Amino acid sequence: MGGYILKRLVSAIPVLLGITVIVFVIMAMIPGDPATAILGSYATPENVERLNRHLGLDESLWRQYFIWLGNLLQGDFGRSFALNRPVLDEILDRFSATLVLAGTAFVLCALLGIVAGVISAARQYGLADKTITFVVILGISVPSFFLGMMMILFFAVQLRWFPVSGMYSIWGGGDLPDLIRHLTMPALALSVVATGVVARLSRGAMLEVLRQDFIRTARAKGVSERRVIWGHALRAAMVSIIPVLGIQAGFVLSGAVYIEMVFQWPGVGRMLVDAILKRDILLVQGGVVFIAACYVGFNIIVDVAQAWLDPRIKT
Amino acid sequence: MAFSSLTRRGFGVLTAALLASSALVAPAHAQTPPGVLVVGQIAEPQALDPHAVTAVNDFRILMNMYDGLVRYASGTLEVEPALAEAWEISEDGTVYTFSLRGGVSFHDGSAFDAEAVVWNFERMLNEDHPYHNTGPFPLSFFFSAIDAVEAVDDLTVRFTLNEPYAPFLSNLAYPTGLIVSPAAVMEHGDDFGRNPSGTGPFRFAEWRSNERVVVTRNDDYWDGVAGTEAVIFRPITDANTRVAEMLAGGIDVMVEVPPVAISQFQSDAHTVHEQAGPHVWFLILNAKEGPFADKRVRQAANYAINKGALVNDVLEGTATIAAGPTPPAFAWAYNDALEPYPYNPDRARELLAEAGAEGASLTFYVTEGGSGMLDPIPMGTAIQADLAAVGFDVTIETYEWNTFLGEVNPGLEGKADMAQMAWMTNDPDTLPFLALRTDAWPDAGGFNSGYYSNPEVDALLEAARVETDQAERARLYREMQVIVQDDAPWVFVANWKQNAVTSDAVDNFQLEPSFFLLLKDVVKN
Repeated sequence: MGGYILKRLVSAIPVLLGITVIVFVIMAMIPGDPATAILGSYATPENVERLNRHLGLDESLWRQYFIWLGNLLQGDFGRSFALNRPVLDEILDRFSATLVLAGTAFVLCALLGIVAGVISAARQYGLADKTITFVVILGISVPSFFLGMMMILFFAVQLRWFPVSGMYSIWGGGDLPDLIRHLTMPALALSVVATGVVARLSRGAMLEVLRQDFIRTARAKGVSERRVIWGHALRAAMVSIIPVLGIQAGFVLSGAVYIEMVFQWPGVGRMLVDAILKRDILLVQGGVVFIAACYVGFNIIVDVAQAWLDPRIKT
Repeated sequence: MAFSSLTRRGFGVLTAALLASSALVAPAHAQTPPGVLVVGQIAEPQALDPHAVTAVNDFRILMNMYDGLVRYASGTLEVEPALAEAWEISEDGTVYTFSLRGGVSFHDGSAFDAEAVVWNFERMLNEDHPYHNTGPFPLSFFFSAIDAVEAVDDLTVRFTLNEPYAPFLSNLAYPTGLIVSPAAVMEHGDDFGRNPSGTGPFRFAEWRSNERVVVTRNDDYWDGVAGTEAVIFRPITDANTRVAEMLAGGIDVMVEVPPVAISQFQSDAHTVHEQAGPHVWFLILNAKEGPFADKRVRQAANYAINKGALVNDVLEGTATIAAGPTPPAFAWAYNDALEPYPYNPDRARELLAEAGAEGASLTFYVTEGGSGMLDPIPMGTAIQADLAAVGFDVTIETYEWNTFLGEVNPGLEGKADMAQMAWMTNDPDTLPFLALRTDAWPDAGGFNSGYYSNPEVDALLEAARVETDQAERARLYREMQVIVQDDAPWVFVANWKQNAVTSDAVDNFQLEPSFFLLLKDVVKN
């Protein structure tokens, strides 16, 4: 197992290096430069040149890349032009907010999706199955940002049950109940699509397992239906469900960008959108590399979990 | 059956969970407390160092934490004393001597005096200054006319300019001229922007990234104590969410209300404020080549575009029709006699026929949105339709804002016939000087991207810039406006009215023509 993990870790290095090149080249190629973005109306060639010199953007692209990469390898992500603070501080602040949001949404989609899928499969073509399928298709079809805006209008503006936006109350608050009140709507809105997908695929995986001989044997032995489904069948189905969860984790993380915009969640997705608009090169590059590293890490974890559940996969 | 009992149990658990969570919900969303004003901003500030920032969004906070030597008198764009009690200008307009207010301290306790003023300008302008590296200072060129700053005595400071420069006082009233505490910069260095200290009516208390900036009342303020205990600035970048927060009571003041949302606030619970400011939205016409090289065609475009429909329908009344290059908010320099080009498609067709330019093809640069650009895409398509009605064949090319600037600022030659543009300035000199003179063509480092050139206009602008008598300066600007309007290097479209909405708990709120947000006298009940 240790060797397998090590192998996977080593294979991640070229992926991450490739990402540094891609994000650097894209940022170098998109039109508009940070100095123009900062100066706005006052971006005369003279002012732009002076500011670029100050920002170190007058070096050749090669030199800029290797300086950046060298610093990166030493854990120095540089300083954001637009926010005037170290890139890594900003990323860590924002990423923890995104993790709270995406993590909650992920847990919601995994739990609700698997439960819904299992119930659907156990009662195939029954009323529960039909109801769940209907709700699931509806959930998959509604764009999450639209759902988010509707939730704001109904639950926050009309009913005033939840705050409109933000992560904590602007005055007082700051404790866990405060966080939960702010988290409820964005986490639900974010989890809806993924829940649907997980439910559909869990249903399929369960149906396949339920047709197999060992299930019939278990039932013949007199194992209770509850244990057959939640113990034997679900356990076997998890092998196909876990990779789906891994992919959904990625979707939830990328879907967080829209949800963070709508609910003004102080997360990393919103940070990247703002940074791109302001041509905040180091923040974009650092953010993308950081997120890519997390994706790669998460994929390794999923693969290892799968290998642990099903030893055939390692070979 | 085992399974259905399971779902029943599951249902029970779910209900319990819902009840538990409704306990969290139970106290209906709390309103903001009395004495604390919550302002919905359009973005996170870049820094709270007035010399390092360029965005109006940041200025809204800074103007409440710092003072300059001078400031704009309430409701006008004319300067009045602030940290300087009085000043003298030498006969030749190159030496400004300011007498400073005594007994003023920065929030960190250090004294405000002539040395502090000298230190502020040295930091910005002198590359050898030990704290120059706490920049960059992108707008320091506002003060590039300064040759020397000296402390004559404790409370007297003297600026020597390298040539007469009439906008100097209004540049001092701009946020770039606000005075920061030298002691605080020395203590925090690069991080001064997150640990600011000034002399203003509010002192810095807390900045939580992307959540809030909190400032609290400065009880020792030299110009009377503020009306609220604290002001909280919340960055809410999404306009729809900002509107929802305002409707739900999560913020007390909202700036930059989208035109389509204003009708939602026409009720007793809210007040909509409007204030025209030094803003002009126009189309740059390429006067160097193509159809717009002919003055008659440029005038035809001014007649052909229905500006009334643009400001009333597209912008829902949040702007007024612009008559010329200078916004009416510069009341002292504005030419009241100027009438906007009327909407007259027949006159446009006549002019086009005279010029033999019927059916000309035009390339039109449109941006997706940017500082002061209002609603550029709907405005662009409406303009395209108006021009098509008089026979122009207009092709729109749309660019993201920074890309757009990168295309337009180097000049339109060989690329386009017209481009959208908008400016907000603090002095009537700035825009025409940078965008209408012959010496401001892009290759000379200016913003005259349409290559307009009229020696008369050049002479008037050069003269106005060095004229220290305001009445005479005003006369020169008025004359310039008449010539420029007739030459029509631009299509003059709109002057934006800045707007804001306040809740019924807010009193004494007023918008300023400078577009700054001054909150000292605001009361929150």
